[in-house]
Amino acid sequence: MQIDVDKIFAGDERTVAQAISLVENSREDAFELLRKLYLKTDLAYLLGVTGPPGGGKSTLVEKIVARWVENGEKVAVIAIDPSSEFSGGALLGDRIRMGSIATHPDVFIRSMATRGYLGGLNPAIFDTVLVLSAAGYQRIVIETVGVGQNEIDIVSLADTTLVVTVPEAGDEIQSFKAGLMEAGDLFVLNKSDHATAHRMELILKQMIDLARSDNSDWKIPLVKTVATEEEGLDELIKHITAHKQFLHDSNLEVSNKKKVMKNHLIHLLEEGLRNKYIEPLLKESSFHASIDAVINREVDPYTKVSEWLNDFGKEDFDR
Amino acid sequence: MSENIKVLIAKPGLDGHDRGAKVIARGLKEAGMEVVYTGLRQTTEQIVRAAIQEDVDVIGLSILSGAHSHLFPEIMKKLNDSGKDDVLVIAGGIIPDEDHDELKKLGINGIFKPGTPINEIVEFIHQELDVA
Repeated sequence: MQIDVDKIFAGDERTVAQAISLVENSREDAFELLRKLYLKTDLAYLLGVTGPPGGGKSTLVEKIVARWVENGEKVAVIAIDPSSEFSGGALLGDRIRMGSIATHPDVFIRSMATRGYLGGLNPAIFDTVLVLSAAGYQRIVIETVGVGQNEIDIVSLADTTLVVTVPEAGDEIQSFKAGLMEAGDLFVLNKSDHATAHRMELILKQMIDLARSDNSDWKIPLVKTVATEEEGLDELIKHITAHKQFLHDSNLEVSNKKKVMKNHLIHLLEEGLRNKYIEPLLKESSFHASIDAVINREVDPYTKVSEWLNDFGKEDFDR
Repeated sequence: MSENIKVLIAKPGLDGHDRGAKVIARGLKEAGMEVVYTGLRQTTEQIVRAAIQEDVDVIGLSILSGAHSHLFPEIMKKLNDSGKDDVLVIAGGIIPDEDHDELKKLGINGIFKPGTPINEIVEFIHQELDVA
């Protein structure tokens, strides 16, 4: 499909949407387009929002985006839900909670499934961010369910990461504390009108104190909210703004950018190697024969793999 | 056509019952499609904006209120006006037989009645999108 680059820069919604589909479905074709965008595009400010299912992430995102848009910002939301490992399908339901911003002319919402990407979803998300940034969205929210490494990787793209929890999420907090607790720049205790909120607040405060081992001057805030009532929203927005400012003042912005770009380059390399060498190999009948050979102890897996690695790219060198 | 068929399941207008829409959403998901569900009481504008931004291949409209002859033409017009005319639109719910012709003229090519097996809908989508 031919995508008109000028239409992306002009912010044409339909073209932007088609470009994201290309990024998701047809990587090689997408690179052609992304090349034309990258050098002319500054990446938007990225807010990552994550946490256990049912914690009110989408509702909070709706409210935050509504405030930003009121202030004249153009805002995009990338809402990520898991794909089924069995069917490959996905149910993408984050829009349900975003009805009030869904028709605003300055808001663009895109739901994405995690699919079965071997190297993670990361390259496609980064490239989607690039397309949206080129289209003039100054702020982008990435929402994921905070359960696995994949999600933590996605969050690592963000300038500011919001971890949303709820009073009844005690056990889940335990299970993801190692990864997510370290990723969070801001914590939100949503549904804080719940009777057990106080207890959860104490647990969270302790965890936050222990979570960060870096020497950053940023003091991680815990904000109590009731998203549906917009309670605590002003405070939350204030903290997000403060973190954005902190990144800028402390020069962390620069080191974050470096980290993100390093990861993106690694991901693109992995993706390229996979598409160029590994995928074609998997389709060869000799690959399946090798599985049997290894099982039957005719050859060990380590020798077999190093043979393949040696062969990779050989035709290219002959040229 | 991409391998991953993306579908928007939407409930236009004022009816408060979405069991059917959810069953369809789940069925299509299990058939390997990526299904965006937008929830109850959607305006025609919300549906069309979602279809554009999500760049869906299929829109499934579920309606039980009887307002299809009013809402569907509005949706089809907005889709056409916005250039999103490459999308397959199907419908289900309570839509009397005598209204089917009128809706088909609008370009709503599949109308499925209560009790339709999911497979029939999946096959219809595959056929229309020309995927195996």
